Amino acid sequence: MDIATQAIEGGFVDPVFDAQTVFRAVMDAMARPGTLQPLPVFARPPAPLSATAGAIALALCDNDTPLWLDLVLQGPAAIKSWLGFHTGAPLANTPADAHFALIATPAEMMALDGFSQGTQDYPDRSTTLILQVSDLVSGAPLLLEGPGIERTATIAPAQMPRHFVEQWKQNNQRFPRGVDIILATPEGVACLPRTTRIKTMEA
Amino acid sequence: MTAQPTDIATYNFAYLDEQTKRMIRRAILKGIAIPGYQVPFASREMPMPYGWGTGGVQVTASIIGPDDVLKVIDQGADDTTNAVSIRAFFRKVANVAVTTETAKATIIQTRHRIPEHPLSSGQVLVYQVPIPEPLRFLEPRETETRKMHALEEYGLMHVKLYEDIARHGRIATTYAYPVKVEGRYVMDPSPTPKFDNPKMHRSPALQLFGAGREKRIYALPPFTDVVSLDFEDHPFEVQTFDQPCALCAAENVYLDEVILDDHGGHMFVCSDTDHCEKRREQGHRGHLAPETPSALEKTEPAQ
Repeated sequence: MDIATQAIEGGFVDPVFDAQTVFRAVMDAMARPGTLQPLPVFARPPAPLSATAGAIALALCDNDTPLWLDLVLQGPAAIKSWLGFHTGAPLANTPADAHFALIATPAEMMALDGFSQGTQDYPDRSTTLILQVSDLVSGAPLLLEGPGIERTATIAPAQMPRHFVEQWKQNNQRFPRGVDIILATPEGVACLPRTTRIKTMEA
Repeated sequence: MTAQPTDIATYNFAYLDEQTKRMIRRAILKGIAIPGYQVPFASREMPMPYGWGTGGVQVTASIIGPDDVLKVIDQGADDTTNAVSIRAFFRKVANVAVTTETAKATIIQTRHRIPEHPLSSGQVLVYQVPIPEPLRFLEPRETETRKMHALEEYGLMHVKLYEDIARHGRIATTYAYPVKVEGRYVMDPSPTPKFDNPKMHRSPALQLFGAGREKRIYALPPFTDVVSLDFEDHPFEVQTFDQPCALCAAENVYLDEVILDDHGGHMFVCSDTDHCEKRREQGHRGHLAPETPSALEKTEPAQ
C-alpha cells in the first residue's frame, strides 16, 4: 500500500458518533482514574501508531492542537500524513509547544517535565500525553488515590517511562501545573490526570 | 417564493459542529484534570439567549450520544419553561430519549438545583452557570482574579463571609455559596441553594459546569472533596424548614414557597418535582395534597 492510500484510509467510519464514543470513554477514564474504559477498534492508523491511540487523536485533535510524536512515530512518513489528513493537526516544533503528544514507546520517552506544564495562571495550557501501552496488568503495580477514586485503585501498566513514580510525584508537586496522561491499550483507555497520586506500595 | 416544505435546515448531531465539540471536549478533559479550575473556552452563539443555559447546553451537546437519556431541570422542576425548551431542543437536534426521572437519566442538565434522589456513578450532572467566578463581585478585574486563583489568595472571600457575620450575626450567603475543591481552588457552585452544597462533596456522579456568556467550563470528578467555606465558630449550615412539603410531606428536602391567593395564603412544596411526584405515587400525602394524584409524565422514547 503506498503512502497516499495509507494516509487516507483507516479513519473513523462514522466521524460524529465514533468521535463521541471515543471522547466519552476518555472522559469517563479521566473522571475515574485507574479504570479501564473499553473501546472497540474505530481507527486503523499506519503502524506503529496503535488503533486506540489513533482513535483518541482523531477524536480530540484538529488544527488548533499542535501534536508531538516520539522518535518511533516520527520515523514513518505514513503516520504524519495519516494524522495530517484526518485531523489537520500541525506538528509541534518542540515538546513544550505540543497540546498532545503521541508516545509509542513510553519506556524510552523523554522526561515528563520536558512537555508543556501550563502556567500558574493557565494550568490548562499543558500537554496531554497519549501513551501506547500493551496492557494494564503486566507492569509494576501502581496504587492510585485522588479525585475520581473512591478509595484506591490499582493498575499495572506495562512499558511505563523510567522512574515513573518519582517523575509523577514531581508532576503532582507542580499542581495546578502538570501533564495529564491517557494510557491507550488495545482494549481501551485509562487515564492519570495530574491530581492522581501514586502511593508507594509497602513491601 | 417556492421554498420546498421539506427544504428545512439540517443540523449536525446535537447542533454543534464537530470542531466546536472537539474544542469543548478538550476543555472538559482539562477541567476534570484540574478540579475547580475554570477552563476558558470559545463559547458559541446558541439558538437561545445567554442566560438561558447556553453554557450547559454546549457541554451537554458535546458529551451526549444517541444512547443517552436526558433529564433537564430548572430550579428542581422538570416542567418549567427553561427545562421544557432545552429538553425539546435536544429531542429535536439529537433525537435522544428524555425523562423526568432522576434515576433513569444518564445526563442531567440542571439550572440551580441538585436532585433530591442520590446520583449514581454512571450519571453526569451538567450545571448552567451564569457567573463562574466566585471572586467576581469582590474583584471585578479578570486579570486580578486570575492571579488570585494562581496564588491561592482567597483572603478576600473570607473577609466577605466575615463581614456577613459582623453585619448579620451569621453568614448570610444562601445560594452560590463558595466551596473549596480538593483544598485548592475556590469555586462557585452556580446559584444552587447552599442546601445542595453537601451533595457535591464526594458525589459518585461526574459534575460539569458550563458558563456560556462568561466562556468558562469547570468540573468536579466523582469522589472529589468539596468543602463549603466557613469559620470554626460559625460552621457551615444548610437551610432547614420548619414544616414538611405540603403535597408529599417530605422532610429534609429543599422547599419552594408557593403563593396561593391574595390574602397571604401560601404553602411550601418540594422544589424537586420528580421527587415530589414519586413520593405521592408511593402514597405519601401532605396536608394540602389534592384528592386524586395527577397524571405523571413517563419516559418518552426517542422518535
